[in-house]
Amino acid sequence: MSRKRRPKLAVWKFASCDGCQLSLLDCEDELLAVADAVSIAYFPEATRGKLKGPYDVSLVEGSITTAHDAERLQRVRRNSRYLITIGACATSGGIQALRNFRDVRDFVSIVYAHPSYIDTLATSTPISDHVAVDFELRGCPINKSQLLEVLSAFLAGRRPNTPAHSVCVECKARGNVCVMVASGTPCLGPVTHAGCGAICPAYRRGCYGCFGPMETPNTNSLRQAWLDAGVSPEAVRRVYHSFNAWAEPFRTAGETDDA
Amino acid sequence: MTRKTIKVDYLARVEGEGALHIRVNGARVEEARLEIFEPPRFFEAFLQGRDLNETADIVARICGICPVAYQMSAVHALERALGVSISAPVRALRRLLYCGEWIESHVLHIYMLHAPDFLGYDGAVEMAKDHPAIVERGLKLKKAGNAIITLLGGREIHPINVRVGGFYRMPSRAEMATLSESLKWARDAAIETVRWAATLPFPEFHRDYEFVALSHADEYPMNEGRIVSSAGLDIAVDEYDDHFEERHVPHSTALQAALKARGAYFVGPMARFNLNRERLMPIARELATEVALEAPCTNPFKSIVVRALEVLHACDEALRIIADYAPPEQAATAFEPAAGIGMACTEAPRGLLYHHYEIAADGTLVTARIVPPTSQNQATIEHDLRDFVESNLDLSDQELKWRCEQSIRNYDPCISCATHFLKLDIERAGETNT
Repeated sequence: MSRKRRPKLAVWKFASCDGCQLSLLDCEDELLAVADAVSIAYFPEATRGKLKGPYDVSLVEGSITTAHDAERLQRVRRNSRYLITIGACATSGGIQALRNFRDVRDFVSIVYAHPSYIDTLATSTPISDHVAVDFELRGCPINKSQLLEVLSAFLAGRRPNTPAHSVCVECKARGNVCVMVASGTPCLGPVTHAGCGAICPAYRRGCYGCFGPMETPNTNSLRQAWLDAGVSPEAVRRVYHSFNAWAEPFRTAGETDDA
Repeated sequence: MTRKTIKVDYLARVEGEGALHIRVNGARVEEARLEIFEPPRFFEAFLQGRDLNETADIVARICGICPVAYQMSAVHALERALGVSISAPVRALRRLLYCGEWIESHVLHIYMLHAPDFLGYDGAVEMAKDHPAIVERGLKLKKAGNAIITLLGGREIHPINVRVGGFYRMPSRAEMATLSESLKWARDAAIETVRWAATLPFPEFHRDYEFVALSHADEYPMNEGRIVSSAGLDIAVDEYDDHFEERHVPHSTALQAALKARGAYFVGPMARFNLNRERLMPIARELATEVALEAPCTNPFKSIVVRALEVLHACDEALRIIADYAPPEQAATAFEPAAGIGMACTEAPRGLLYHHYEIAADGTLVTARIVPPTSQNQATIEHDLRDFVESNLDLSDQELKWRCEQSIRNYDPCISCATHFLKLDIERAGETNT
């Protein structure tokens, strides 16, 4: 008996550090089982072999920063049954979206001697600004256990179990002492999407928001708490404008002026 | 006369996006270009105005495969600008963290990105069908490296525990002891890896390179040392800009670094080994002798053996650091922000990584400059391709294309670091080889 046709998995990269797709290769205990359950049809970081589309599941890493990539993404969408974005770049535009608040021409001339060689868009934007996205997995980088959960869920035809509450909930579950209450350390945990397992507070530092905003965060209230703790308005702006700067409401929270 | 083009549009098993374009006319390679088209992300621009305490977290995002290297070069450069000195336990733990990254990054490259070329597989998953025990050994060895980073850094990618002056939290002795068992296994597996890598079929290929690496009086180089080369360069890190420059070429979003006096040079494991063989841990030196790997090694295809030796060195050194560890009272040296300029080089898995920062009095960055290893190797890779193709024109197009990809992968190029992507495109003017 021939076995059931294995679903085809593709992994695509746009502007990014490669860390989120590396998370799949970092599943040292599960990788060969994953490769058995799906056909790895396109994953250039891992193999020079490739199968033609259409693909059952496409994992998309990175943000859109060039006209060429914007077009390439359309082809990826057309060739994919499910398109899942992995990580902060694909989901919010990433740290490179800091250009969105400035004139990109200044950025080009700071880095390159011949700006005319460089082809880039004025903005770095998330995948969902360009095509329909079936699921967004948060994190800079993503959590590899969550990646396996999302893949399993899509292969089984169910919704992934990735809670949208704040890091605070995970922090309590981990048994951490609250760094903000106990030692006055500014922490973005109350407004940040869960998924990391509250690593930073466990290492006695404040969360810096690399999983982006949770559902309905109260950024204004937290902002005031940071200011009360003696953090400068400029430092508050910077912390919201980091790895998920273009994601609302972090975008607005980082633009708020103190009157 | 015949003209010919061989083309690979999207080079696989490298980190990032690149292409290769080679044009052959008769017996001569007219052009060999490593094209890097990874979209630029402008780190050096948006670092301006950021706080020095955010820098280690931000620069990690340049590369998901070697974030520790970026964090190490950054904190050392910033500490130098501020005049901050670190404690001996912090120094040792940074070295341990770097050992973890060398292990995970090298093992990823050896087993998953490079070995499939030697054995004729598209990738490690395909290779696992015929060689399951080898691939499983590689995955378990990689995991042992990642376990170090996860303990010291909080997670394996973009660790969160590194700061200027030290760490946010130092591990307890009991936590450190949990690493020992897997590392003892890993050290044995690394020995097997060296022996196995040495049996792979190596194309006969040598060039006269200038190797550049850090060198330290009494240890294999990681976080500090002088910059030395096989052509006699011997300078302090703050003289880097006097001897090296970055050039912007049209076919690359990476800047190409060059020695002002002599042009292309070679950084990475083979350069480190050739310049520092005697400072490897004794067990790694013994294995080098056993597999007859002498310094200088000038066949870049053998870099896979050198990487395996460095994995062995890193496992052994990690075990030594863990055995000697006593947690310090302070996880980090305290400091006040101050204006200053500082630079540092550390040895990323792929080679020399230079950072240069200017800090304002309020602790924000005025300028940042970063020269990653892949930028430094880019010109050398292009020279290798030119020579390799010219001496192997009798190979079929398919074979030649694959060997060119393999030549590039000898350097474990990280195009995301260098800001870039690879695409292989060989033009042959001449009779068609099929």
